[in-house]
Amino acid sequence: MADMFTPESGGSPNADKIDSLYKIVFYVGVVIFLLVEGTLLWALVKGRARRGGPQEGEQIHGNTPLELGWTVGAAVITVVLAIVTFLYLGDIKNPPPSGPDGLAQGVEVASIDQPTPPGGSSENLTIDVNGQQFLWRYDYPGGAFSYYEMVVPTDTTVVLNLTASDVIHSWWIPKLGGKMDAVPGFVNKTWFKISKEGTYIGQCAELCGSGHADMRARVRAVSPTEYTAFLERQKADIKASQEALAAQRKDR
Amino acid sequence: MATTDTTALRPEIVMHGLPTEPKGWLSWLTTTDHKKIGIMYFVATFIFFILGGVEALLMRLQLAQPDSTLLNAETYNGLVSMHGTTMIFLFIVPVMAAFGNYFVPLMIGARDMAFPRLNALSFWLLAFGGIAFYASLFWEPPQAGWTSYAPLSDDAYMPSGGVDAWIFLIHLTGLSSLVGAINFVATIHNMRAPGMSWGRMPLFVWSILVYSYLLIAALPAIAAAVTMLLTDRHFGTAFFDPTGGGDPMLWQHLFWFFGHPEVYIMILPAFGIISEILPVFSRKPIFGYKAIAAATVAIAFLGLLVWAHHMFTTPTSTVVLIFFMLSSFAIAVPTGIKIFNWIATLWKGSIVFKTPLYFAAALPALFVIGGISGVILAVFPVDWQLHDSYFVVAHLHYVLFGGSVFGIFAGIYYWFPKMTGRMMSEGLGKLSFWVMFIGFNLTFLVQHSAGLSGMPRRVYDYSGDLGVNDYNLISTIGSFMLGIGVLLTVINALRSYKHGKVAGNDPWKGNTLEWYVQSPPPVNNFDVVPRVRSVEPMKDIRREVAKSGEAAGSVAQPVASGT
Repeated sequence: MADMFTPESGGSPNADKIDSLYKIVFYVGVVIFLLVEGTLLWALVKGRARRGGPQEGEQIHGNTPLELGWTVGAAVITVVLAIVTFLYLGDIKNPPPSGPDGLAQGVEVASIDQPTPPGGSSENLTIDVNGQQFLWRYDYPGGAFSYYEMVVPTDTTVVLNLTASDVIHSWWIPKLGGKMDAVPGFVNKTWFKISKEGTYIGQCAELCGSGHADMRARVRAVSPTEYTAFLERQKADIKASQEALAAQRKDR
Repeated sequence: MATTDTTALRPEIVMHGLPTEPKGWLSWLTTTDHKKIGIMYFVATFIFFILGGVEALLMRLQLAQPDSTLLNAETYNGLVSMHGTTMIFLFIVPVMAAFGNYFVPLMIGARDMAFPRLNALSFWLLAFGGIAFYASLFWEPPQAGWTSYAPLSDDAYMPSGGVDAWIFLIHLTGLSSLVGAINFVATIHNMRAPGMSWGRMPLFVWSILVYSYLLIAALPAIAAAVTMLLTDRHFGTAFFDPTGGGDPMLWQHLFWFFGHPEVYIMILPAFGIISEILPVFSRKPIFGYKAIAAATVAIAFLGLLVWAHHMFTTPTSTVVLIFFMLSSFAIAVPTGIKIFNWIATLWKGSIVFKTPLYFAAALPALFVIGGISGVILAVFPVDWQLHDSYFVVAHLHYVLFGGSVFGIFAGIYYWFPKMTGRMMSEGLGKLSFWVMFIGFNLTFLVQHSAGLSGMPRRVYDYSGDLGVNDYNLISTIGSFMLGIGVLLTVINALRSYKHGKVAGNDPWKGNTLEWYVQSPPPVNNFDVVPRVRSVEPMKDIRREVAKSGEAAGSVAQPVASGT
């Protein structure tokens, strides 16, 4: 039931934080909603013209203290909401370090384009995501790639570099946090960190043509060892199919 | 003495030599009379409203359940684009010009608009814009949404002429709105009745003035953008094409620099309409006249500074996102002021429950939901979840249907007697209101939940496992109810035009000058333009007539009697 009123969450800390921030704004909104609808209904019911009652309402033209009051009140609420947003912003926007059970970086998978943090070894796993009419392509460090289903290790912070090769697409897996647009010619970033194994579904959120509704995506979180095995298998498969293609070309 | 007797009626401008009113269909094609042009605007925009509504119902039918095969993706995307474009460019924006055309001269005591022939040009540009756009039905309608984001709208991905038809619609309706806006500005600045200072100008006229300035400020950006899109599509330029060194983000900035003021262009006149209606039916002066007028101006100014809140998920630096979040928050303050002022206007009134009041009171009740969801969307980290989902669809319909369209319907019921001389049926009107009110909330309230569950907008199909099946079914049922409610008002208007009760000059005991003249008004509007002494000149006139001992029914066209 509660899910009727709140965004999806539970896959990644940024989704959870967005959910909490949403709830704060939502509850403030509910209070304002009740206040406005309540006074409006009260004014309508109380003020209805009665038979034999006065022809005219009270001839009030305004009330400066009252008007100043609700102006300042509304302004204060927006300031409070802004402050609350700033308090949550860091946790939503900045990727945290990977957990202890995450993928050990720089051992199995070497990636040259990752900045080395001051701590020493690189912590985050970076995956390049490319939106195309009408599917998603994922390039993992080390040369493996896959379409539609992204496989990631658990307890590891995964940073996504989003771009598109034709029109604008938007990456959105609701349980793993907010969406980000994949714009051709630009690189946009988002991240997630999944603690438990499982699959998370989503789909393209920016109208991209006739296949937009069918441009789905799936993220499957597996243990780091399984992830490494997946990469090796994927690389081997790609190599095998390339060799098969080369062989075909020679035969012709 | 006339100088001390400040409430006496004194004729200020007297007209000599009245032209006879031309009749027949040719008189409609050639007219420059603001009232006839206004009526043509109403008829044309309501035809487009019904077309846009049918498009919406087709989409709802497709979405009633998952895996529906009624429409294919191309048809659905065409309907998405046609529906949004029609409702915005061919219904809500021009219907406000319809109200403005008909009532601004009457409310300010003018005999016509400043430039009557330019006014006719406005209408015909709109009509041909609509025809050019709908002609695309004969080849292939545009499929890039009403926002036509590049590069999707570029010739590489959308080679058919639908997008070109859309571009011509933007140019033609844009020119129509632009010359119309210049006309309103000239009229309102220069042709007000004697004594009507800025502080005595009706709030509806204030809203049309601000609407006009916003149009003038915003339209050049979209005109430039669609021209660049046209050359990208046909003449080899690459303004928006990244493969040629162009920038898809440029389109979004130009589009929304126009697109967000457009939202206020659509809502402010509706605010103006109910700011006229609420005081009349609560038998009270408007609460905080100056605050409402100032809030209108403030909303318009801030409305020019919030465009990138439509772009929170694009590759944009956080500082920019923060700026646009704060400016969007700021706009909630003057909007809140208006809502509180309307409630205070009703407070301790002696409220007469006629159909116009139902629609007018529904506006704040529904708009506040759109306003609150708007604040939620302005929090940009939250927007990362909600952007481009059905939550946004629900939000924008609460603003544009719950706000603008309920305001438009309030205005129709309020001013129909003035335009036709006949009252609309109260019974049918109230039935229409309740069917629309319930149907509207059924349709759009659940769409918030659909979006929160992960349903993106502009999809012709959705997965049955997403958990949005019930929401969509409810929404479809509600949308057909809403359609029936709208139809009841159309039937009401058509029937009342011939068979309605005769209205007389001032059926509602109005406050503003349009109620001073006959219904429908004569071609020259005013034989005598009364001097205006307050923001409610008709109240003064009624009081004056009562004091001078005349029968209440003879308020009609007081001749140069005075004292």
